[in-house]
Amino acid sequence: MSILGTVFLKEVLENLRDRRVVLSAFFFGVLLAPALFALTTTIASNRAVRDQEQPLKLPVIGAERAPNLMQFLVEHGAEIESVAFGPDDAVAKVRSGDYNFVLIVPDAYGEKLARGEPAPLNLVLDTANTRAGGTTERARRLLDAYGRQSAALRLLARGIGPEVMTPVEVRGIDVATPAGRSVLILGMMTYFCLMSMLVGGFYLAIDTTAGERERGSLEPLLSLPVTRAQLIVGKILATCAFMAVSLLLTLVATAIALSFVPLEALGMSANFGPKIVLAIFGVMVAFVPLGAGLMTVVASFTRSNREAQTWLSVVLMVPLAPIMFAVMNGTRPTANLMAIPSLSQHLLATDLMRGDGIDPLHVAISVATTLGLGLILIWIATRLYRREAILG
Amino acid sequence: MIRVSNLRKHFGAVQALDDVSFTAADGRITGLLGHNGAGKSTTLRILSTVMRADSGSATVNGHDCTTQSLSVRQSLGVLPHSSGLYVQLTGRENIEYYGKLHGLRGSELRNACDAMIERLGISAVASRRAKGYSQGERLKVALARALIHRPKTVILDEPTNGLDVNAVRMLREMIRELKQSGCCVLFSSHVMQEVAALCDDIVIIARGRVVAQGTPEQILAALGTNDLEEAFVRAAAAAEDAA
Repeated sequence: MSILGTVFLKEVLENLRDRRVVLSAFFFGVLLAPALFALTTTIASNRAVRDQEQPLKLPVIGAERAPNLMQFLVEHGAEIESVAFGPDDAVAKVRSGDYNFVLIVPDAYGEKLARGEPAPLNLVLDTANTRAGGTTERARRLLDAYGRQSAALRLLARGIGPEVMTPVEVRGIDVATPAGRSVLILGMMTYFCLMSMLVGGFYLAIDTTAGERERGSLEPLLSLPVTRAQLIVGKILATCAFMAVSLLLTLVATAIALSFVPLEALGMSANFGPKIVLAIFGVMVAFVPLGAGLMTVVASFTRSNREAQTWLSVVLMVPLAPIMFAVMNGTRPTANLMAIPSLSQHLLATDLMRGDGIDPLHVAISVATTLGLGLILIWIATRLYRREAILG
Repeated sequence: MIRVSNLRKHFGAVQALDDVSFTAADGRITGLLGHNGAGKSTTLRILSTVMRADSGSATVNGHDCTTQSLSVRQSLGVLPHSSGLYVQLTGRENIEYYGKLHGLRGSELRNACDAMIERLGISAVASRRAKGYSQGERLKVALARALIHRPKTVILDEPTNGLDVNAVRMLREMIRELKQSGCCVLFSSHVMQEVAALCDDIVIIARGRVVAQGTPEQILAALGTNDLEEAFVRAAAAAEDAA
């Protein structure tokens, strides 16, 4: 067996026996990511479903002043709740979150309506309350609809066609395929996968330099008749192995977790069969050498385990920045973007999940540039391992 | 056989080694004596090829430490001042790992490992993980690991630091055994008694310079005293004054 193989196997064995390493490498990705993911998706879809199906609870102050409006609201699926408190309490209760919103019918409503002037209706709401967004929007739409109906009746009474009020009619044509709509949520998955991949190699990358040094095992190791390149490449290979396994486990676990998430209730279909999982793994695994090289290079500048952990936690965020950017902007894949590691993996994985085909040229560019950069980083790590400063 | 001539090494503005020369012969125990920071570790690091000298030369068994570093490392056994064992591996796995990196394979590796474990009496220890080792157990496994390839030359860096009496006695016994088998043993220490109890030759180093060397008798004569500790203090003080 070669020196490389000896170093590789020893690192794998040693780290598999370290509970801390195994927990972070495999537990983090396998349990945390899908759990977090399933939780958010379930909550998101449950809320959307609930908001649509349940009757709209509508707390009203002064309902007796607007009987016609109340009848309209009830006919359109609202449940009127006449509340006993005054307008000032309404503000307090909406602000504290007891009520998502409260409709206030002021004293002047009936009088102004009778005179044909705009009749005031106050809707107390809190735009900072994200939970209330859906129901508040429904209440607003109902009130607007009542306004339009009343206006149309008034125009008809004066012999004018109600079309006068709608000079333009905007129709939104939604072209999202069912799977496409779920991509916003699924986009988060590439974030988790790259993250848990990096965490999988986290402790091994630190151990290569700062860890060995702190334990006092680096110096005797370097005085063995092997080259430093053999040592560090063997160690980086072990780091890569842990990262690849961590990535695969995370993908499989997420696929299983997703099968329990009611995406269909939202009109989404998650495209996550075994073939897709393998394809996503193939696309993303190219990032492994880059991540291993980057973490090893950064760790080699640190003087202690603790310092290395601090810096590597920052490094974990670096590859995630392009992904966040892409998710926010809805970026679509182009050949140029494929030259950016992590962004290219995100775009390709997202397209695979979306069920669209991916361009083989894009895959080639992505894999080549990411692997190339990874090899450069590993080469730099090897150079750094030859410095005397590595001894601390 | 270790031959060091005119070694110089600086770290930034600090001249760690300033023209260090000495030899350590086969079949003899040579002690490198000096205060902390005198340049002992730097010298040993250059000999184990972990560091390079700025100028001067160092050879181990005729191999140059700079140009033939791989050959040097092949013939060298190094015991660091901390054991540096891998705590998740068993004693045997620790020893075998070094054996493999020295190129031992198969039955050759197994036999070498068995012999070392037998010789140090650590057969029960070697099957346990290094995590729970006592000081003495750590030292024995580290020794077995350093000697697995039967090196001609053995370097020990402050080996007795922080060890209890039993472990120190065991180590001395082992060092004498190595000497009997014809090895060249070089070890560093800042403890006079330690060196006096064990060494055939002494090299006293202060501020990166060799201030006295020879057999204990020669050093006593050269410094005009019959107390080795006094000799060490005088030699070191002379170097301080000169600086």
